[in-house]
Formats: sequence, structure tokens, C-alpha cells
Amino acid sequence: MRRQPARSPGCLDRHCLPSPTGYRSGRCGGPAALLPLLVLTIWALAGAGLARAQAGASDVSAGDTPSDRGESITVSWEPAPGDRLVDGTVTGYRILRSRSPEGPFEAIGQASPGAARYDDADVENGIDYFYRVETLSLEGAVRSPVIGPAVAQAQWINTNQWNVFVVLVLLLGFNIYYIESIRAGQKPFIRKIAGLEAVNEAVGRATEMGRPILFVPGIQDMNDIQTVAGITILGHIARTVAEYDSQLVVPTSRALVMTTARETVREAYLSVGRPDSYDENNIYYVTDEQFGYVAGVNGYMVRNKPATCFYMGAFFAESLILAETSNSIGAIQVAGTAMPAQLPFFVAACDYTLIGEELFAASAYLSGEPKQLGSIKGQDVGKFLGMVSIVLGVALLTLASVVGWEPLVQAAEFVREFWSTELA
Amino acid sequence: MNRFHQIVEFVNDLDKRWVFLVVGLAVVTSTIFRLTFPEIPTPMVRSVYEKVESLPEGSRVILPFDYDPASEPELQPMANAFVRLCAERNLKMYFIALWPLGQNMVAGVIDDILQTEYPHLEYGRDYMDFGYKSGNEGVVAVILTDIKKLYTTDAHGTAIDSIPMMAGVRNIRGFDLILTVSAGYPGLKEWIQYAGTPGNIPVAGGCTAVQAPLLYPYYPDQLVGLMGGIKAAAEFEALVAEAYPKFQEDKDRFLTALVRMGPQTVTHLAIIFFIVLGNITFQILRRKRQQEALKR
Amino acid sequence: MKRTIPLAITAIVGAVLVIAYFIPHPPFDGLREDFSIFFDIMATFAFILGGGNLIKMHGNRISRREEGWFFSLVTIVGFLLVLLVGLTKFGNPDGFRGSSVTASGSYFDHVYEYIFRPCGATMFALLAFYVASASFRAFRARNAEASILLLVAFIILLGRTFVGALLTSWLPDSLRFLTIPYLAEKIMVVLNFAGNRAIMIGIALGIVSTSLKVIIGIDRSYLGSD
Repeated sequence: MRRQPARSPGCLDRHCLPSPTGYRSGRCGGPAALLPLLVLTIWALAGAGLARAQAGASDVSAGDTPSDRGESITVSWEPAPGDRLVDGTVTGYRILRSRSPEGPFEAIGQASPGAARYDDADVENGIDYFYRVETLSLEGAVRSPVIGPAVAQAQWINTNQWNVFVVLVLLLGFNIYYIESIRAGQKPFIRKIAGLEAVNEAVGRATEMGRPILFVPGIQDMNDIQTVAGITILGHIARTVAEYDSQLVVPTSRALVMTTARETVREAYLSVGRPDSYDENNIYYVTDEQFGYVAGVNGYMVRNKPATCFYMGAFFAESLILAETSNSIGAIQVAGTAMPAQLPFFVAACDYTLIGEELFAASAYLSGEPKQLGSIKGQDVGKFLGMVSIVLGVALLTLASVVGWEPLVQAAEFVREFWSTELA
Repeated sequence: MNRFHQIVEFVNDLDKRWVFLVVGLAVVTSTIFRLTFPEIPTPMVRSVYEKVESLPEGSRVILPFDYDPASEPELQPMANAFVRLCAERNLKMYFIALWPLGQNMVAGVIDDILQTEYPHLEYGRDYMDFGYKSGNEGVVAVILTDIKKLYTTDAHGTAIDSIPMMAGVRNIRGFDLILTVSAGYPGLKEWIQYAGTPGNIPVAGGCTAVQAPLLYPYYPDQLVGLMGGIKAAAEFEALVAEAYPKFQEDKDRFLTALVRMGPQTVTHLAIIFFIVLGNITFQILRRKRQQEALKR
Repeated sequence: MKRTIPLAITAIVGAVLVIAYFIPHPPFDGLREDFSIFFDIMATFAFILGGGNLIKMHGNRISRREEGWFFSLVTIVGFLLVLLVGLTKFGNPDGFRGSSVTASGSYFDHVYEYIFRPCGATMFALLAFYVASASFRAFRARNAEASILLLVAFIILLGRTFVGALLTSWLPDSLRFLTIPYLAEKIMVVLNFAGNRAIMIGIALGIVSTSLKVIIGIDRSYLGSD
């Protein structure tokens, strides 16, 4: 069972002292607290500004950080009255910790002005910790009473991520639904993707010209999903190349990508009955170094003048260097990447570009398999949900700004939170 | 075809080597003549600066240097400016690299800036270098919960436990800022996704100009501020120089981005010139073709 | 069997990692990092595979005296030389033990400083030239869409320099929204944000969909079969 966070009475510690513990000693509520209360009253009467400046953080609480593996305690507080953006006197909050309510307390961290929480991630599970928050201001430091005990513990379910779970289940559900409905004979409408329609033409051109086809699977390793998408497209292209009996060259910047590409291409040649045409030397490793790889690939282009160049995968600054070089040798270029920053370069320099999600849809598109096409439809429904949420959120906020009704703002906030992976 | 249209055709299909030549000349001449222009800081750059300035003395800042020599000309000025500002503010600097060559970049700023310009700052007390670890975003995810799971020593082989500024530091959750210099993957985006957002740590930083549009969507919720390319670095330098006038004394040393903005500005103008030229010739030839079609 | 085992491994590992995302309790909390480290270990061994392939391929070219064999020779010599210098820590001020491979003053550091660094920066600098040639070719007002693209390119190019501010500095404050830096910023922050986010949403859904296909085993083309 999760312990409730310990909470302080929002009194000023300096007035609770000199209790040796200061820890919920009841001095604030008892007769002994009369003198400090009197002093407080005099201060309040003497000048609100002074009182504000010297008041510390109130309502301090400490408890296990929820939805984590433990080893973290969240200390939160209400910022001090003097913690203001304009004319603020508070310079920060110092967090003090001890294993015993009597102390000694040591400083474990500091929070900026305006902050209202601090996550102490240097704790062990199952041990009692006690905290104090020291408000630092131009007038001096004010300590809160001792808060605790707070205990860190690991949770089994990350409730902060419930929305991610719902979205995942929805997407999976839609995928399965559409796969089954297409299997049952429903004809899906899939728009034409010019870049993929051009694959046959591009391979045919290279065959006619007697020149090789170059395939660049990006510069990331197999743990990048874009590389996986690139390799699946390579499999389809390799089949077409094998049918045309043309030459396919794949320089890679990662050794694991080379191994996977070799396997994929070999299987493709095998599947069209041309295992003898497969030459593993055409799929080779160049270097992991980004620009070294570019130099190697550019050198190949300039020397061997491939008729067609495919760029499918994750690309960075090398995208334009590759595309401009192959443009200079007159090659047909088809690119596909999910790196938004590189898309403008490919669009400017290549004949066809698969933009973002088209790269991931390409494998399904080229295979034409019901199972795979169903996943594209499932993906589209996810996009539709996103669009509805955006329109709904904008409408709610616009309406809220007109009628000024708080629940509308809360509803809009809920829509935003639903799509956010940010931990609460 | 008359002579005029021949010239127009030539310019329209201009060999790209002419373009390269003009761009080369633009860079070389502006570098030789040391052209510089004043910079007006944009809000995103100002946010980065103000965030660093707002940190109390002794705050912990992790500085991931995720770039390499290829992007050094574009990113080094902002890396230098970050380190100088952190040093001026007496912040505790923890350098780290997710790129193999990032550790060389860190070594560079420690040698050239911290040891030279701030000799009073001590390694292990005011700044330290974790060095490079492979694993990309995996490294970020691990150090968010436990630094010692991956780093038992610093970049120089010194045991982490014996470094004074590591006392009481178990992970980066308690850090006050992640201030990155990033040239791609892994970089700023991974620090936002695997450390900043889940760990509730403010993230600010700089990246190459090409990468910046990819990161704008994270601003301002998950990213305090963003600096894209040499222009942003120049704006940042202008802010730092305004607050610490000693940096205005030696432009070549302290305001390198501002100096490099000269060639960038002139090259931009050269590109604009070519775009205008290409459009003029394109329109002339299109009109000619339309007239010829009408005649037929 | 040859495909069943990899498919089973993919499905199990994929499913476990997806579930682990929602369970912060040990041992699930560290699975993602552990698998990431496993991948790095495998990728490190793959370096040997890559290096071996490099030597084999270029060695064949040299032995067959293929066109450009001299470049292959340079590649192999460079590869072996840097490997040797790095492994033996030649020239390290503190000797073989107790010093970093990249210690200042070592031969490895010299290779980095005087060969690798300038070569890398040179390749990156090529971008400036290619951007110019691509812009010259691509930004032509062929139709309405291309004209808009051209206009936006102009504003951004000028807005990224001091010239943009200079050109429209004469405009009064009431017309500030027409100044080039203001327009450039708005294009980047509003239009670019919106477009980028739309692309990123599509990409995110594409990644989820592709990952599900791979985990469930619908898409097997990366294994060489449909």
C-alpha cells in the first residue's frame, strides 16, 4: 500500500523552534506557540511586505514518487509569498534530508525560484527519510518543519502511461480489424504512391542502360525502425532486379545492416529462381563514419555511374551530398526517409520522395498482401483520431476563450494530456 | 536562336561548377575582409541564455557534446559560449558524450577554455568529464536512474566515487539543466525524450541549422530554448558579450560565431542571386516557348 | 525453422519490451536499457565483421588489379595503420598503461587532429556548395505552388541574415509584421511547426504500425520473405 505523503502544517519553522525535533511536535498548536504567534501578528501588522518577504514555503509534503521503480521521493511545497516573477525576493529552495527526524539534516539539492517540487532520486527503497525545505531569500533563510517519514517503493503499474496503453490497444485493435476485413474480401482504397510506382520503371531503365542500381539503406543500424523499413523495401526491389537480371549494389555504413541486407537480397534472388545471379560482394560495408561513408558512396557513383539510386532509411546531413552527386551523373533517384529535416533536400534533389509515413507503408504497398494493407488502414484510423483530437482541442479552447467556462479548458487539457507521453 | 537567347539558355542550364566557384569566392572574400554584422537575439536564444543566467551558483548542469569534427565549425562557437557562461556563473559542469568523437570536443573546451581562461576552476570540483559511452539513448535512459551502472570512472580513468563533485550524485534527476550541443542522432531529441521529459529536468541547447526545424515542436514545453546553427550562436554570443563586456575585447577568440556569420550572410546573398538569376532565365525561356507555340 | 526461430525471438522480445514500458517494477524497469546494451555488444562484435569485410573486399580488388585498386590500397593501409596506432597507443605521453587512446600528444590524437578532423569538416562544408546548386535548380516559379515555395525560401534566406533586418528596417512599428525577420520567424514557428508536427504524427503512427507488423510477424520481408 502506498503511504500517504506526510504534510506539514503551513507554519513557519523558525517559530516552531527551538524544539529539538520541530517535527510535528505540536508546539505550533500548544500554548508554547503563543509567543511566536504574537510575534507573527506584530510582523503582519508592521508591514505586509516584510512579512511576505520572510515567509517560507508552506504546505510542504514528501512522499513516494508515483509510478516509478522506487528510489525516488517527491518533495513538494507551496511557493513562498515572496517568490514572484516581479520584485521577487526568493532566490531558491534548498532541500534538506535526514534519516532521523532529529537530524542532522544535510542539503541534498536546490530548486530554482518558482519551483514547487523536487525529486530526490538518491534514496533507497523501504527506508524512512525526513525532509525540510529551506526558502532562500534576500532577507535570509527560512526552514520548514520536518516532514516525514517518507518511504520510496517500486510500483507494478505505471499509471501515468494509461493513455499510451489505450492508444496502443486502439491501434492494435484497428490493425487487426482491418487485416481481418481485407482478408474477408473487402477491397481497400490505397492511394498511388508515385515513388513506388516508379520502381519498375527505374529498374528497367538501369537494365536497358546496362548500368547498376544503387541502394543506400541510410546510415543507422538495425535498431532503427527506418533501417528495417529500408531493408524491407530492398527485399522488394531486389526481387524486381533479380527478375530483370540487373545488378544491385548496396554499400552499408553498419556491419549488421550489411549482414541483414545480404540475407534479404539472397532470399529475394532465390524466390524468383535466380540464386546464381546473387553476388554477395555487391553488398558491402564501407565505414561507420558518416562522411567517410558518403565519400565512399559518392566515389562509387562517380566511377560507376549507376542509372538508378534508391535512398531508403535514416539520413542526416549526407542526404543532399548523395542526392546532388547522383543528380550530376543523371541517375533516377527515389528517396524515402522519416527524418523531417532531410525531406526538403530529398524533395529538391530527387525525382521521387517517400515522405515519412510513406516509407513505412512502402513494404505493404509493394507486397499488396491483405495482412499488410490492413495495417495501413489501421494506421490511417490512428491518424484520423489524432486529427479529431486536434480539431476538438482547438474548438474547446476557442470556445473557452469566448464564454470563459473553466470546464472547457479542463476538457481541452484532457485531450492534450491524452496524447502526451509526459510523466505527470 | 539569337545571341541573347543563347546566353539565357547557357545561364538557365548553368554548369553547377560555376555555382560552386561563386559560392567559394563568396566565402573566401568575406573571410579575408572579415565582414561582421550585428545580431539581434531571437526569443528562443534569449530563453537559453536566461535559463543559464537564472541558475543559482553551484547548480548542476550536464553538458552533452554530441557532435564531431564535421559539424565542429558550426557548433563549436555555441559550445564555447555555453562553457564560458557556465564558468562565469560558477555552475558545476558535467561533460558527457554520446558520439565517440564528442569526447575530443569536450577535451578541446577543457583545454582551450576552462584550463586557459578559468585556471581557478578545478577539475573534479567545478567540472568533470564522463567521457564517451556507446549505447546512444540507452546511455541517457540509464544515467537518468543510475549513473554508476554505466560510469564507474570518468574519462581519465579516475573512480567516480573519488571525484568531489560526484558526492551525493546518483543520477541526473537532481540536475538543474541539460545543456546540449547536438549534431544529429543521438542528440538533443534523445536528451529530451529519455531524460528531460521523464526526469522532469529542463533541457536547452543548440543544434545544426539543418536539424533545428525538427526540434522546434518541442519548444517551449519540453525544451526551454533552442539555438539553431551559427546564427543562433552569434545571437547568444551577443547576449553573453553584453552581460560580460570583457568578451567584446577579442572578437576572434570570444565571438567566433559573430565572425563566422559574415561568410554565411554573403553566401546566402550569393544563393539568392542564383535563385533570382535562375527564375529570370526560366521566365524568359518559358515566354519564348509560349510565343513559338502560338506561332505554330 | 530457419525463419520460425527469429520470428519467435522478435515476437517475444518485442512483446516483453512493450509490456515493460508499463511496468516500472524490477526486473522490468531495466529491460529496455539491458537490451540496448545487448545490442551494443552485438554491434561491437559486428565491427569485426565489418573490418573483415572491408579487408576482404579491398584485398580482392588489389589482387585483381581492378580499376581504382590504388584507392583500395590506401583504404587498407589507412585502416590498419589507425588500428595499430590505436591498439598500441603509440606516442602516448603516459605509455601503454594508464592512459586514454585519445590522450593529447599520442599518434592517434595526431591522426584525429590532422587528418580526420579536416577531412570531416571538408565533407560537411560541401553542403554549402550543394545547397547552392540544388537551390538554383529547384527554386523555379514553374507553377503557383513552386512560386509560394520560392517566396518562402527567399524570406527564410534573408531572415537568417542581418540583411533581412536591414532591408525592412525602415518600416514603422505598426507594420512590424511585414519585416523580414518577423515573417521568417513566423514561418518557422507557425507554418513549419504545424507541417513538421503533421509529418511527425504520421511518422510516429507509421513506426507503431511497422513495429506491430514486425512483432506480430505480419511483415517478414526483413528476413528475406513476405
